[in-house]
Amino acid sequence: MKPEGPDYVKKRYNQVHPGGINEWPVVNLSKNRDLFIKEVTLSSISRIKSMTKNRAALIEEIENTLFREKLRIKRNPWAVDPPDESDFLKSVNAKLLEISQDENQSNVDETLDSILEEMVLRYANEIAGNFKKSRFRMARSIVTFGLSRLLNASRARGFWSIFSTKYQLQDKVQITGEVEQLRTMSTKGTIIMVPTHFSNLDSILIGWVISALGLPAFIYGAGLNLFNIKIFAYFMNSLGAYKVDRRKKNLIYLQTLKSYSSLAIQKGCHSLFFPGGTRSRSGNIEQRLKLGLLSTAIEAQRVNYQKGKRDGLEKIFIVPVTINYNFVLEAPDLIKQYLKMKGQERYYVENDEYSSSYKTFAFLFKFFTKGSNISVSIGKCMDVLGNYVNEDGQSFDKHNRLVDTQEYFTKDGHIISHNQQREDEYTRMLSSRIVEEFHIINKVFASHLVAFTAFQIIEKRFPKLDLYNLLRVPEEDQEIEYEDFKIVFEKLLNKIYKLKENGKVNISPNLTGDIDEIIKLGVINVGMFHAKRAIKLTKGGKIVSEDLNLLYYYHNRLKGYNLERHVE
Amino acid sequence: MLNKKIGVIGAGSFGSAVANKLAQKSDVLLYARNPNTIKSIESSRVSSGHSLAQNITITNDLEEIAGKCNTIFPVVPSANFREMMVNLSPFLHPYHTLIHGTKGLDLQPNKDSTSENTISSNNIKTMSEVIREESVVVRVGCMAGPNIASELTANLPAATVIASPFNEVIAEGTRLLRSENFLVYGNSDLKGVELCGVLKNIIAIAAGITSGLNLGNNAKGLLISRGLVEMIYLGQVLGGEISSFIGLAGIGDLVTTASSTSSRNFTCGFKLAEGKKLDQVMLEMDETAEGINTIKIIKQLAVDQGLKPQITEMLFRVLYLDLSAEDAVNYLMRYPGNIDIDFL
Repeated sequence: MKPEGPDYVKKRYNQVHPGGINEWPVVNLSKNRDLFIKEVTLSSISRIKSMTKNRAALIEEIENTLFREKLRIKRNPWAVDPPDESDFLKSVNAKLLEISQDENQSNVDETLDSILEEMVLRYANEIAGNFKKSRFRMARSIVTFGLSRLLNASRARGFWSIFSTKYQLQDKVQITGEVEQLRTMSTKGTIIMVPTHFSNLDSILIGWVISALGLPAFIYGAGLNLFNIKIFAYFMNSLGAYKVDRRKKNLIYLQTLKSYSSLAIQKGCHSLFFPGGTRSRSGNIEQRLKLGLLSTAIEAQRVNYQKGKRDGLEKIFIVPVTINYNFVLEAPDLIKQYLKMKGQERYYVENDEYSSSYKTFAFLFKFFTKGSNISVSIGKCMDVLGNYVNEDGQSFDKHNRLVDTQEYFTKDGHIISHNQQREDEYTRMLSSRIVEEFHIINKVFASHLVAFTAFQIIEKRFPKLDLYNLLRVPEEDQEIEYEDFKIVFEKLLNKIYKLKENGKVNISPNLTGDIDEIIKLGVINVGMFHAKRAIKLTKGGKIVSEDLNLLYYYHNRLKGYNLERHVE
Repeated sequence: MLNKKIGVIGAGSFGSAVANKLAQKSDVLLYARNPNTIKSIESSRVSSGHSLAQNITITNDLEEIAGKCNTIFPVVPSANFREMMVNLSPFLHPYHTLIHGTKGLDLQPNKDSTSENTISSNNIKTMSEVIREESVVVRVGCMAGPNIASELTANLPAATVIASPFNEVIAEGTRLLRSENFLVYGNSDLKGVELCGVLKNIIAIAAGITSGLNLGNNAKGLLISRGLVEMIYLGQVLGGEISSFIGLAGIGDLVTTASSTSSRNFTCGFKLAEGKKLDQVMLEMDETAEGINTIKIIKQLAVDQGLKPQITEMLFRVLYLDLSAEDAVNYLMRYPGNIDIDFL
């Protein structure tokens, strides 16, 4: 194994709740699952009603939902969809028809209320997680045991090494950053962890990280498509996931989802959002975040203040996390989808490339046996407005002055008011703060910089070509002389050191030392197990790419630092 | 909340006029930096040529403004804006609302001394961005539009734009300013509206020049329309939306400033047309014309970004490189004609 960086210490963490699993808020939530679903339903209904001003608008919203749901069932059915869906929609349709002929207004309202309740309840039941203590314990040990078996089998030689305990997951996945702060704050307030999202593996990986750090289980929204696969569904359910169906974009569903998240946070459940909403198709660090779920963090904080939870220790803390890979297995598919979307393809169907257990297993196996090291960087805790907090949960502004977070929700420092437009704006502000933090804690690997340098050199050769034509330039025009490459690489490397000095980015330990070694390591590692290599070094001493799309994908990881302007 | 005073920071001409406008509905606390100015205002009740309403109190204490007012209108020249915010910021809280009326830009030199001596749009900040950088205040807005100070105080019919991403800021600005003879429009594109006010000062100087040279009204129409195109072009680079530029704060303010002899920027251009040099012009004027500084900043930005704003470029040469106003006009008239409108 490569020596660990100076910032990384392999360590075992004790559980932050010494009393064990029974003290976890998520356990409480699942004990009272039915009650909680009822609460979610009530809150969603009142949300939806406040958004639809009158009866006609409500009817329109329901009709709209029906229409879209029927379309979804027809166009994009998944294995996980309940079989009685069509029948249910038909029954709602029939009731709506009834209403349209009913003259008695109070009857109409009553039926409408019952329709709405049925729909919301159905959604709430679908969304709700099903956390079970015993299953959690088992799933956790299976994940840890299973993955470390795979690891040992691949690192050492021979069949019997599958029982070796030489390598642990900690050797493979390095956790760096504000680990202690996260552990401390998780015993005080409610944590909302927001990681970058590049690969389907992220959910499982983060789940493992949380448990390796001794934290109680987090609830998280996992794409419903992952529940198509039985084995995934089992783990996800056990690990505290609730389900998010990205195909459903109707108001009723989205409000139910928000209520679920908001109420769970209010009850102190640590939560995990992938704020980009979906895996980064382009390979960029997320530039824009989905605001829907993020807004529930701000809402929950305001509601807690309204309930008089003034103590800094009961606050909601946002913790950005970046997951850094040399190699993303799905990269070829992701970048293809990205280019298609950018190419103005009108209809883009959420597809589901991991539909069979076999493919999934192959994926996991490849990842854990062959994949190069992964590093997970934990960012500093922030309040919901993006101010850093100290160990007591107090917020501090950029100039290190104490800030009372509650005052953001008032106009005079005293009376807390609910102003949706204000909170929407706060959500946008929080999202750009998170993006800023992502860039700061992001860890640059040699492979990222090698890909970035190569693509930039090629791009600058053809200033007149747009991206699509650039990706099609003939091979002989892509070749880069090693010495030319080295000059640009060194220049960019120095810029990155400078950024690091100014606290604008993090670097991996393999980015120091002899420059030829760094380049060599980088070239070996860029997307190392793709059939076609994003980059390689020829015998003649030239840098070439076998797949420019992939090169572009890995290069994108370093966008957003304004490094482009240093390449001529 | 209603018994709280409204704060105004800056007792210059526009600050005093804004204070008077606000005083029609609320008690106002007006901050002046210079203790001597305060004494003279208190005895004469006149501030920068405006007689102040009875319910305006003068102060020299920023802490008092922040303590007594939840809504504050900072109206100080862009050159002093950041310094003022640094001094004010320890007293501000997240519940404060700040609506500024300063039509200028803030330029921060590169902290990183090794990097090349150019500036990029990252170094250029609007006043609302300065407020956000220096304080915890998030509910920020600006007031912009054709608002000549003396006409405001005379209570002639007029309107203004309050821009902010927060509806509650717009509502608050409207509540405080709307009166029989004064309309208030809301706009959520804060940066665009700020840039309108900033960039129109460049064209106002050019308009002063065309007037000073007696080039006639056709030339003025030409200047205003080409000037607007240049404003939009620059405004988009800096992050504003086109729509704001064709509103009250854009074209509305531009037309007013480009034809008003009481505008400082216009006067500055007029004097340049008379053949005076920049130093002399600045000596003759008692308050700074924001446009002079803006031209310098935009010129630097243009060099960095490879932009070609013709009017700004020519004005830069007139101000700083000894080009005569006539030659600048001649140069612009020789420029090959282009497509009239290519941004809509």
